[in-house]
Amino acid sequence: MRLFIQKLMMLFCLAAVSLWARAELSIEITGGVESATPIAVVPFGGSAPLDVSAIVNADLGHSGYFRTLPQQDMLSKPTSEAEVNYRTWQALGQEYLVVGQVVPDGGQYATQFELFTVYKGQKMLAYRMQVPGTDLRRAAHRISDLIFEKITGKKGVFGTRIAYVTSNGGAKRNYRLQVADADGYNSFTIASSNEPLMSPTWSYDGKKIAYVSFESKRAAIYIQTLATGQRQRVSGSPGINGAPAFSPDGSKLALTLSKDGSPNIYVLSLGDMSLRRVTQGNFIDTEPTFTPDGAHIVFTSDRGGKPQLYRVSAQGGAATRITFKGSYNARASFSSDGRKIAMVHSNGRGFQIAVMDVGSGSVDVLTEGALDESPSFAPNGSMLLYAAKQGGRETLATVSADGKVRQKLAFDGGEVRDPSWSP
Amino acid sequence: MKYSLSKIALAVAMTSVLLSGCSSTDDQAGSFTDGSNGQAGANTAGTGDGSLAGSEFGGANGAGGANGYGANGANGGGGPNGTKTIYFMYDSSQVQQEFVPVITAHAQYLQSNPGAHIIVAGNADERGSREYNIALGEQRAKSVARMLTSQGAADSQIEIVSYGEEKPAAMGHDESAWQLNRRAELDYQGQ
Repeated sequence: MRLFIQKLMMLFCLAAVSLWARAELSIEITGGVESATPIAVVPFGGSAPLDVSAIVNADLGHSGYFRTLPQQDMLSKPTSEAEVNYRTWQALGQEYLVVGQVVPDGGQYATQFELFTVYKGQKMLAYRMQVPGTDLRRAAHRISDLIFEKITGKKGVFGTRIAYVTSNGGAKRNYRLQVADADGYNSFTIASSNEPLMSPTWSYDGKKIAYVSFESKRAAIYIQTLATGQRQRVSGSPGINGAPAFSPDGSKLALTLSKDGSPNIYVLSLGDMSLRRVTQGNFIDTEPTFTPDGAHIVFTSDRGGKPQLYRVSAQGGAATRITFKGSYNARASFSSDGRKIAMVHSNGRGFQIAVMDVGSGSVDVLTEGALDESPSFAPNGSMLLYAAKQGGRETLATVSADGKVRQKLAFDGGEVRDPSWSP
Repeated sequence: MKYSLSKIALAVAMTSVLLSGCSSTDDQAGSFTDGSNGQAGANTAGTGDGSLAGSEFGGANGAGGANGYGANGANGGGGPNGTKTIYFMYDSSQVQQEFVPVITAHAQYLQSNPGAHIIVAGNADERGSREYNIALGEQRAKSVARMLTSQGAADSQIEIVSYGEEKPAAMGHDESAWQLNRRAELDYQGQ
């Protein structure tokens, strides 16, 4: 039986890969895969303009925590508890079962689902929501989040988004800043320029993105509100205007300016646009990021000779070096709980993504690429998104927080870089 | 067959993120920095033997062939028709000796043409983090600007910008491309 399922899965995998290969994308699994929990998401009953259960099925599969059961392997398709025969699902080796319905109801859709643990034959979760047709995709991600959190105890990231920059190759370049759902749907361009766009970063409420644009042939920092598209130029000093990072409360933006000489870290208060210089000295100080409590800023500096990470009070003052392993540590990005810092790391052989435990200072190098950069944690800390160079192209990749599962995604249409995972 | 469906699905989903961008390759008029003659240098570029093993900040002098991509053609003097790209060594913003005459010629041109304005655009190779490379590119632009003003150009004639690794002149991912990307470009305005 197990072999049968594995064969089915292999077929599905091949089908999936060939499907996407046609879209000029190639997928390379570069790391081992941990054992995943088997779960069956039965096609929901009712009628809806969107296949909600298919989205839930895909979400759970994408998480890396679950192995979902292909539909054709299901011996029955219950849509409510009364129709569930636990033995059937036990025989299929499933640990969890999800059934549900999406039914038109007064211009909206009554969406309900139930989650069962198969071996105990118990209901773990039941949920019902009333959603407009246009929100069914979001509702599906919400269902995925509820199931994921119930089983793993961790918050799901299915409702989150990612931002990244694309550029077509060649001399006539066009740079695009895009945002997409974490599952890749609903991608849209929020800024486009023939001059570079870079360093997109999310506000902690996920409503705004700050980024650097060279559209005026000089560096400037913009803050754009996603819902309205409205944007504001918040920094356009002579020289570098770079590396924006929101404070956790959204009231400030840390950034790099070179208007007073060397690149230094400044904090811009977005209320009154007042500027405070945080670091001093004739070095390169850049890539600031606030600690999750907002009290400190971690940044990259070459004040010790080579780029390393330092921490300074957000008010300014003396900076303390915090990285000591490796010849190069730069571009810090915190996990949401503040316990870990992802960074670009080198010990002299290319550049990889490493994670440092803030408490112990221990460093784990998670990737094996030659030119990996721009790491950002998923909001639940389970994996990181980063940029890699593969086959002469810039691609995005993910790695699980334990470094065991890595995937690289080739993108034939051009270069993809500078990814940032939303809160 | 340890590769579970879920992992593949993740990859598939993540790749679909990229599809929308992929599908649209427009050819709007680009504006790659005027006067970039990085490719011209490619003909004479020594391949060097710098490799990834030599981290940019490992202190390794990865760039061989410093004389290979040299300032030949610099004899044309300064101004808009002169050599306008100055290449740099690995992890360095120091102007190499062979480019000093190039900068001197531009300084003389600027001095005798007070109405002329240039943008000095600093660039870095792709190794290391992007924003750090913005800073490196600026150091290169600044060292060229300093040399221009010390030889007679006025501050007001010069503006600097750094594109870091965002505007590579050569698209490769090895030393032969990198040495063409570690550069400052002089862009005469209104020409």
